Amino acid sequence: MDQPEFEDLKPRLVLTGITKRYPSVVANDDVSLSVRPGEIHAVLGENGAGKSTLMKIIYGVTKPDAGTILWNGQYEAITAPAQARRLGIGMVFQHFSLFETLTVWENIALALDEHIPTVQLAARITEVSEKYGLPIDPYRLVHSMSVGERQRVEIVRCLLQEPKLLIMDEPTSVLTPQAVLILFKTLRRLASEGCSILYISHKLDEIRALCDTATVLRGGRVSGSAIPRNETNESLARLMIGGELAECHLAPRVPQEVRLEVDHLSLASPDPFGTTLKDICLEVRSGEILGIAGVSGNGQKELMATLSGERLSPDGSMIKLMGQPVGTLNPAKRRAHGLTFVPEERLGRGAVPPMSLAYNALLTGARYGMVQQGLILPGVMRTFSKSVIDRFRVKCGNEQSVASSLSGGNLQKYIVGRETMLQPKMMIVAQPTWGVDVGAAQLIRQALIDLRDQRVGLLVISEELDELFSISDRIAVLAGGRLSPSVRPAETSIEQIGTWMSGKFGDGASDARPVAASRKEAVNA
Amino acid sequence: MLRLERRPTPSTVMSYVSPLIAAACMLVTGFLLFSALGKDPVEAFYLFFVKPVSTSYGIGELLLKTTPLLLCGVGLALGFRANVWNIGAEGQLTMGAIAGGGVALWFGDSDSSLAMPLMLLAGILGGMAWAAIPAFLRTRFNTNEILVTLMLVYISQLVLSWLVHGPWRDPEGQNYPQSQGFGDAETMAALISGTRVTWGIVYALGLALVAWIFSQKTFAGFRMQVAGLAPAAAAYAGFSERRNIWIALLLCGAAAGLAGICEVAGPIGRLQQQISPGYGFAAIIVAWIGRLHPIGVIFGALLMSLLYLGGESAQMGMGLPSAITGLFQGLLLFYLLAADLFINFRLKRVETAAAKPAAPAAPAEAAA
Repeated sequence: MDQPEFEDLKPRLVLTGITKRYPSVVANDDVSLSVRPGEIHAVLGENGAGKSTLMKIIYGVTKPDAGTILWNGQYEAITAPAQARRLGIGMVFQHFSLFETLTVWENIALALDEHIPTVQLAARITEVSEKYGLPIDPYRLVHSMSVGERQRVEIVRCLLQEPKLLIMDEPTSVLTPQAVLILFKTLRRLASEGCSILYISHKLDEIRALCDTATVLRGGRVSGSAIPRNETNESLARLMIGGELAECHLAPRVPQEVRLEVDHLSLASPDPFGTTLKDICLEVRSGEILGIAGVSGNGQKELMATLSGERLSPDGSMIKLMGQPVGTLNPAKRRAHGLTFVPEERLGRGAVPPMSLAYNALLTGARYGMVQQGLILPGVMRTFSKSVIDRFRVKCGNEQSVASSLSGGNLQKYIVGRETMLQPKMMIVAQPTWGVDVGAAQLIRQALIDLRDQRVGLLVISEELDELFSISDRIAVLAGGRLSPSVRPAETSIEQIGTWMSGKFGDGASDARPVAASRKEAVNA
Repeated sequence: MLRLERRPTPSTVMSYVSPLIAAACMLVTGFLLFSALGKDPVEAFYLFFVKPVSTSYGIGELLLKTTPLLLCGVGLALGFRANVWNIGAEGQLTMGAIAGGGVALWFGDSDSSLAMPLMLLAGILGGMAWAAIPAFLRTRFNTNEILVTLMLVYISQLVLSWLVHGPWRDPEGQNYPQSQGFGDAETMAALISGTRVTWGIVYALGLALVAWIFSQKTFAGFRMQVAGLAPAAAAYAGFSERRNIWIALLLCGAAAGLAGICEVAGPIGRLQQQISPGYGFAAIIVAWIGRLHPIGVIFGALLMSLLYLGGESAQMGMGLPSAITGLFQGLLLFYLLAADLFINFRLKRVETAAAKPAAPAAPAEAAA
């Protein structure tokens, strides 16, 4: 769609002078923007720039302290999400709001303001999800779904209500390259049907490919607006972070002794919708990063739980840390062997939402002098917490701020920082930069590389191929619960990894290969 | 039409004020109730809330009844904070009374100085043993501790009933279902002369203090709190869920068992069929009123104790039925739950769709 088509249309949504203050931070400061029917409008900014707050104001979750909202030419005080939905505003949140113990259709039925019989609703879910290329089974239970699949439920839930304005908060962070293309097709189709889209993101390539217009936020204020097609990544980044982007640098290193070894690990998932891990072999050496690519739902969750000790293996020697069998040890005992890990789920797993950052340091850092004879030493805990906040530039009030008050990216910086500063010998990270802005993502990646250079072994599970290509010494793919052989990024291509992601990496060969291949590499290196 | 809507940010202040609001609503309802019954509400209030504590003996009674409520309440609060829903403190109290009472009967009239410490120890162990059953079943077979602890209440009461009707019945007790009275060395002396209050209240206050330190200052207390607030985070950190369940249940069992032996070795002085007017259940309300905070529970226990005394006083003074105590307890819990709901939610007037002034704009929009 070109600009002229909607240039003369009256704006669907006009925000003027929106201001929202929180006790410790001004989230929005005099923000104004305008969206026309059929326009895909990007809201671009780093974490904590105020994007999510602004969207919550439009959706009626948060009340602004000042400013007006003009919807279809009329002033509206949107005080509740139900009112926003009635006006025709739909929103897909970054943190999903689904009931895990209910099925897809039950979750959707709860959000609908009208009552539709089950069979009819299920049929509509199937129809809409397939029409927009986001297939989901309406009878599946949400708890068994991956993050990527849950997002589909959220999107379909909005689409069923035929919104006139759809707000998407960081939608592509959990999708494969192919799925992103499908989502873009979906969004373009919606736009061509007259739906306006507010697209929140920090991924510059995507915004340039998809969006008609962009409003850039920095520190709660509008730092500029642009036609993304006419901009470069650099010029957009300058508006967004007020400076230049740094590059990751991976200096060649010779990996040393084996830190983590997984030997023919097979484990059925206790969850009927889960993925069974099949004959996984891998090893990670000191001073190297092994990247594991793949679409979530292919065993990532199960592999992470098995490596961390949240699920135990049938045989202790299936997983070895520094040569010691740990397969039957719980996470705390594995930590005692020098393992730290960052889970995919931040609020509720990586951090306790209503507790302060200081207490969240205690969650995994107890062994590091924060507890003496069973008593908590608050001073040590706070000092550690402060140093994480400083070193990883976590935007928050102070170490007494509760974890749930931080934006997703800032909390991730805090969790990665905490696990990094616990002096691990081996670190496992799942989705290190999911939903994290460029500046913060850069910081996190560099921290991982620094650890590698300090001879820590790292295993990074990520859906972002660019990320894995830029930080990994070797890359393997997890597909359908099986792990591909590992290769050096320089010796492979996005295409090959993409093929592997669909599970095609040769059946018989994959059984024995990964470990053998990596050993050979180590010798060559 | 009114609808409940989640508040964006629940107020911390209100979570502490809510018990006061609940108590105030309880008083207002009580006032209306007394009026409706044709009693003078002012006099009724005096009888209910002032007269029982107008003498030093009355204060002693208040503290006496506070003892078991506080002991059970503190134990329950620790468990509730860790997501362990033990509602069978009454049974653990009964078992503590049986075990400690059994030791007292074994000592008979002996004036051994070992008797009292051993009785208290037996009471604690009895409560713990009874709480160990749901802990074992939950960790081994994943049974629901709410049901198991509740059912064990009735079993413990039947065991006590069998004992005082059978093997432990006082041969000279004219067939009353009760044991022999405990000897002097097996009875707790009054802490303050002229009252019946015993050392039990000191143990209870001490326990509240220790529990406060435990939950605020120790790593074990922190682990239990994490398990309650975010079970997945506890799993991630490697805090054992089993250990958490065992600790929560055993701590509460110990506290309730101590409450039980303090009752039978204190004001009751023997084992009999009925040893508690539902202290273990009332302690659930006490724990919530105290915001699951050990120090808050002290105030909750005092209030609940006053309700027990006031109920008795109103029965005697105005001829009100004995159900009055349960009624006030129920009112208090009801209003507390209601007030707590409004910490997280607010009432919202919802306009019907037809009344919406912006409606005409929609079709024009669709056309565009």
